[in-house]
Amino acid sequence: MTSSDPSVQLDHTPGHIKHDGHNLTGFVIFLCSESIIFLAFFAGFSLFKLTSPEWLPAGVDGLEVRMPLINTIVLVSSSFVAYFAERYLHKGNLWGFRIVWFITMLMGAYFVYGQYVEWSNLKFGLDSGVFGGTFYLLTGFHGLHVITGIGLMGLMLFHSFRPGNYEKGDMGVTSVSLFWHFVDVIWIILFFLIYVWQRY
Amino acid sequence: MTSTNFDPRILKAPHPVPGAPDNWKRFFSINTDAKVIGIQYIATSLLFLLVGGLLAMIVRGELITPEADLVDPTVYNGLYTMHGTVMLFLFLFPVLNGLNNLLIPTMIGAPDMAFPKLNAAAFWLVPVFAVLLMASFFVPGGPAQAGWWSYPPVSIQNPLGHFFNGQMLWLLAVALSGISSIFGAINFVTTIIRMRAPGMGFFKMPLYCWTAWGAQTIQLIGLPALTGGAIMLLFDLSFGTSFFKPEGGGDPVLYQHFFWFYSHPAVYVMVLPVFGIFSEVFTCYSRKPLFGYKFVALASFGIVFLSLIVWVHHMFYTGTPNWMRILFMFTTMTIAVPTGVKVFAWVATLWRGKLRLTTPMLFCLGGLVNFIFAGITGVMLGTVPIDIHVGNTYFVVAHFHYVIFNAIVLGVFAAVYHWFPKFTGHMYYEGLGKLHFALTFIGCTLNWLPLHWAGLLGMPRRVASYDPEFAIWNVIASVGAFLLGVAAIPFILNMVSSWARGPKAPPNPWGAIGLEWLLPSPPPAENFEDDVPTVLNNPYGYGLDQPQVADEAFYVRRAQEA
Repeated sequence: MTSSDPSVQLDHTPGHIKHDGHNLTGFVIFLCSESIIFLAFFAGFSLFKLTSPEWLPAGVDGLEVRMPLINTIVLVSSSFVAYFAERYLHKGNLWGFRIVWFITMLMGAYFVYGQYVEWSNLKFGLDSGVFGGTFYLLTGFHGLHVITGIGLMGLMLFHSFRPGNYEKGDMGVTSVSLFWHFVDVIWIILFFLIYVWQRY
Repeated sequence: MTSTNFDPRILKAPHPVPGAPDNWKRFFSINTDAKVIGIQYIATSLLFLLVGGLLAMIVRGELITPEADLVDPTVYNGLYTMHGTVMLFLFLFPVLNGLNNLLIPTMIGAPDMAFPKLNAAAFWLVPVFAVLLMASFFVPGGPAQAGWWSYPPVSIQNPLGHFFNGQMLWLLAVALSGISSIFGAINFVTTIIRMRAPGMGFFKMPLYCWTAWGAQTIQLIGLPALTGGAIMLLFDLSFGTSFFKPEGGGDPVLYQHFFWFYSHPAVYVMVLPVFGIFSEVFTCYSRKPLFGYKFVALASFGIVFLSLIVWVHHMFYTGTPNWMRILFMFTTMTIAVPTGVKVFAWVATLWRGKLRLTTPMLFCLGGLVNFIFAGITGVMLGTVPIDIHVGNTYFVVAHFHYVIFNAIVLGVFAAVYHWFPKFTGHMYYEGLGKLHFALTFIGCTLNWLPLHWAGLLGMPRRVASYDPEFAIWNVIASVGAFLLGVAAIPFILNMVSSWARGPKAPPNPWGAIGLEWLLPSPPPAENFEDDVPTVLNNPYGYGLDQPQVADEAFYVRRAQEA
């Protein structure tokens, strides 16, 4: 095989950037590691829920589910929207990507707003026993991830206006949308633990 | 072309190799070269070995007499807490990350780490949390006093009521240390998985890379649990939550689970790379192939897996139900199997080898002997009845110092000597090195061997005063500790003077096999640049007619000409 063979040259087209693959590998490793923190918090929450003698603080008889449910639906569907944005990018439709990507960001922002409304209507605080502590720790830590995700998506949107940015690969977008799916899956587990489990 | 004597690649590689840097200022700057970062890590951590050693010598000075007379008992609490914290988070983790930075890219033929900027960020977090930790000596109430494990409820007391108290700074420092280690771990694992030289399959990788890979995998799985626990502890201490306060429905034992889920495997984070160092050094200085290469490599991941399911053996006496004790006693026992595989492989490697007793070989032999001893006391401690009997006594202290100092730190010293010529370009002085080994080995044996007896007799740990019947063991131990302080003098002298004016090192002073020995000493910034060798065999073909790389003669010549 000589170097003029087209199949050899394929590896050296501008789309092939050596370090992109590393970024995605590193990011996946990071996500696996990050999920352990959530796992630790989930384990703590479950243990407290099962063993704590006084679970709900005085004057609180549970959490309202309607608002978080709407929030869940918005966040879960935003994951699909992010997937479509990615598809547009792969097809080379840059404006399609930008618009749909921005819709994903808006849905994320709505989730954060919903979380804010829920927090401001609650009758217990961080120091209201182990229930208050775990509730705010879990939702707050997850909320931080949502805000980080929105920030990262904004960064990717900004990058898309740089001429020729995505011609050499779109690992940044792939990583961020992976992060978004991760945040989404964490929320689903969290929703079942905090809101659904309280009924049983 | 074929008839000429000139290899075209020699002409292609420019001489002197560009960026083969010769300016010492780069070690004091924010640099993204893994070899610079590696030396920054090692130098910083050795500085903190001195700090931690000084704290240890004050502790041993206090314990030389049964009465609490040298320092105030509360100061004593702060001293041993900070000794443990400094030694683990500011000496051992950074020094091993330094070795990883030097060795992993050069051993696998990569030009640098996968994420050089992340690598620099991971290193520069070390001085940041070092300052935080050292600052805790100067806040009201002094440094953290709850021991290195910081169990609640002791660790969530804040009698003076200051927001910035020693415990809070301790927790911040530990959290930052965790972030730095995660950055490092992502980098090392990605580099090993994706940047190996052509032909280097996983089963042709040097064992140091296997063990470092295993160790960093533990960091990735275990460290987040400790970070989660530390965040909750910080909230309990500073923001009024009650995760670990029984009065608010919390559970103090949960913290112990979080803590030991990471901190038991953390011992394997430290010892696994030392297993790798043993494998490199024993083969090189006994001129024999490593016995059972594949088994030794796979045993590393056997240890990784088992290390994650043994943590409750630290909690046999803190209200653990019996079925859990039996279960975790069993898993703890099984961890002796992969470890035993490794020990047998090393002994079989040494068996009838042509031993050269250089300084790194002596340190490794000493480390191996101590490790076997520590393994035996480890199996003892893993059994529930003995553990309940000697829990919280000096037997435990002696056991883990046998692992951490007498085996791990001796292995780290071996690595520093073995690869010193490669990365500084100068030979060290063998006489000073052997003096350092003799003082260290005698010192560490005197220091921790007698404490096993004191512990079996029931001397409790973490108390400034003790019953006079234990005096004799403690006097011997203190003499050993001061001898270890003296041992630092030949080491520092050797390192500084060898680097400044030691004889120039050839590319491969030990006749060792491995990609790093095919590079000039010190290696250029980009290691092999475009001429990465193609790997044919694992790097343990001593005495076999089995070249590690294709066209080895070319690389040997190139390294010599550089």
